[in-house]
Amino acid sequence: MVSIEGVKFQYDAAGPVLSFPDFSCAQGDRMLLLGNSGAGKTTLLHLLFGLLTPTAGTLTVGSKSLHTSTDRELDRWRGAEIGVIFQQAHFVQSLTVRENLALPHQLTTGRIPEDLEAKMDDMLDRLGIGHRAGARPHELSVGEQQRASIARALLHKPQVVFADEPTSALDDQSAAAVMDILDREAADATLVVVTHDQRLKDRYATCVTLNPQRS
Amino acid sequence: MKLGVTTQALRNLQAKPLQTALSLALLAFGVGMVSLMLLTEKQVNDAFERNIKDIDLVLGAKGSPLQLILANVYHIDAPTGNISLEAAQKVVKHPYIASGIPLAYGDNHEGYRIVGTDMGYVEHYGAELADGGWWDKTFDVTLGAKVAEATGLTLGDTFFSAHGLTDQTDIHTNRTFTVVGVMEPSGTVVDQLILTSIQSIWDVHAHDGEEVDPSTREITAMLLKKRNPLAVLTIPNTLRDTNMQVALPAIEVNRMTQQFGLGTAALRAIAMLIMALSFASIFISVLDNIRARRHELALMRTMGGTPRTLYTLLLVEGGLLSAGGTLLGLVLSRVAMVVLSAFVEQQFHYSLGAMMPLPGELALAAAAVAVGLVASAIPARRTLRLDISKTLSEA
Repeated sequence: MVSIEGVKFQYDAAGPVLSFPDFSCAQGDRMLLLGNSGAGKTTLLHLLFGLLTPTAGTLTVGSKSLHTSTDRELDRWRGAEIGVIFQQAHFVQSLTVRENLALPHQLTTGRIPEDLEAKMDDMLDRLGIGHRAGARPHELSVGEQQRASIARALLHKPQVVFADEPTSALDDQSAAAVMDILDREAADATLVVVTHDQRLKDRYATCVTLNPQRS
Repeated sequence: MKLGVTTQALRNLQAKPLQTALSLALLAFGVGMVSLMLLTEKQVNDAFERNIKDIDLVLGAKGSPLQLILANVYHIDAPTGNISLEAAQKVVKHPYIASGIPLAYGDNHEGYRIVGTDMGYVEHYGAELADGGWWDKTFDVTLGAKVAEATGLTLGDTFFSAHGLTDQTDIHTNRTFTVVGVMEPSGTVVDQLILTSIQSIWDVHAHDGEEVDPSTREITAMLLKKRNPLAVLTIPNTLRDTNMQVALPAIEVNRMTQQFGLGTAALRAIAMLIMALSFASIFISVLDNIRARRHELALMRTMGGTPRTLYTLLLVEGGLLSAGGTLLGLVLSRVAMVVLSAFVEQQFHYSLGAMMPLPGELALAAAAVAVGLVASAIPARRTLRLDISKTLSEA
């Protein structure tokens, strides 16, 4: 599940305090966090991801109450229970696509399960980039990079998946295809899509519009 | 699939081949230079020590004392001249002198010196026979191990000597030397000599039918062992009005190595400077990596990596660079040693063969790796303070 209540955040003491609306999304559900540019989407995503610490309020993501967790616990939790798809696909450029996909396992557990490669191949095949597994990230097209990014976020079967603007740079057909892939591959996870893309506003039953108050 | 921290570090280094090659080359060059100096110092000192043995004084013709030592102890220089055998024997009979070994030479075969001496020389260096026997009759020779190997001469073979120490043009075809024995390798100067009797040397230079007055017979030098330490002070005074001098091998070699020492100190300073530059290169390389890869590093934090994970990764990258550079440097110094050895072998018939790591080199390697780790640990500390949210937002 994903739940926030009374969350406020301030970047620095002199800056404005951002207040976010309360919302909750049950385990396995999908929701949309919709907001225009400057609405605090990325800030909220980073709060939900444990990269920023709220000045007030509580956040619960999956099994973790973020406001009571240590940095070390959050590091492990992110690798084990969370999947994130960034607006711009980030990769470790010196590693192949296959190695990038295995990296979360290595970083979280210090090893790579024996059956991971088979799962990886299945997923890359389903996403249509099985033939690119041995390529370096910079050798992929933007679309291939995005699908590789989805594969990496979902391969370890996370409880919660965050997708940051997954369709912002895509045409209607590609956007629909990416969202279909996300829905299909993250079927067992809670999926939170953060976007300003109005094409997605009717896709899920739960849609929270971000218009944080500044004080 | 292996994706441990070492694999990741190696991949990162491979991804920047030019930067990695520069850091490796600088460190390899610095370490290689210091290592080569350590190796050559050790080999040269060992060679000098082995061959000085218990020779306290060398009696020979007046001239450069160092030349006298280099010519008669190490056989890498021309002699200062000849001295009277009779006069030399008088010096040996001095109460402060325990014994003397005469040396007479001036000819060579294929660049290897033919030295007339007595069995005292063989006993002094502990040389042993591998085959055949010691020279007995005039023009019998016993070959040093290296001479036998290089010339291919075996028992019963005969050869002519050539006048001079290396020249092959003026050949004495009037006398034939016969190989009667070959020595075991001893690791001393004897390995590169052709030993015979002094009479052979005299006879090869005598004109046919010429009668030589025994009182005018000459030798090249006399290696002396002292009975009394005062010999060092007393003997030179007894030679004041003669054409002879005595030189002390230990003092002359020490003087020579001190002169070399100035040059090696300068070279060592240059090598240290290059090593310092290589550490600066590793420092900059790691710092540059953090700047260029900050998004990757932030990404790794979102995938379960801890600050310590990232710190360790950068530390391993620096460690691999310094360990790789050090290892390359040690290999480089061995390659240079092989080249140098070939040159020394050709010029002086000495081998600089031993390639085992010296304790000084192990200390050098440990220090280089340690400094390399420190040079990467300092910039790597930035990863501990990496603001992931800000870094990801910048992308």
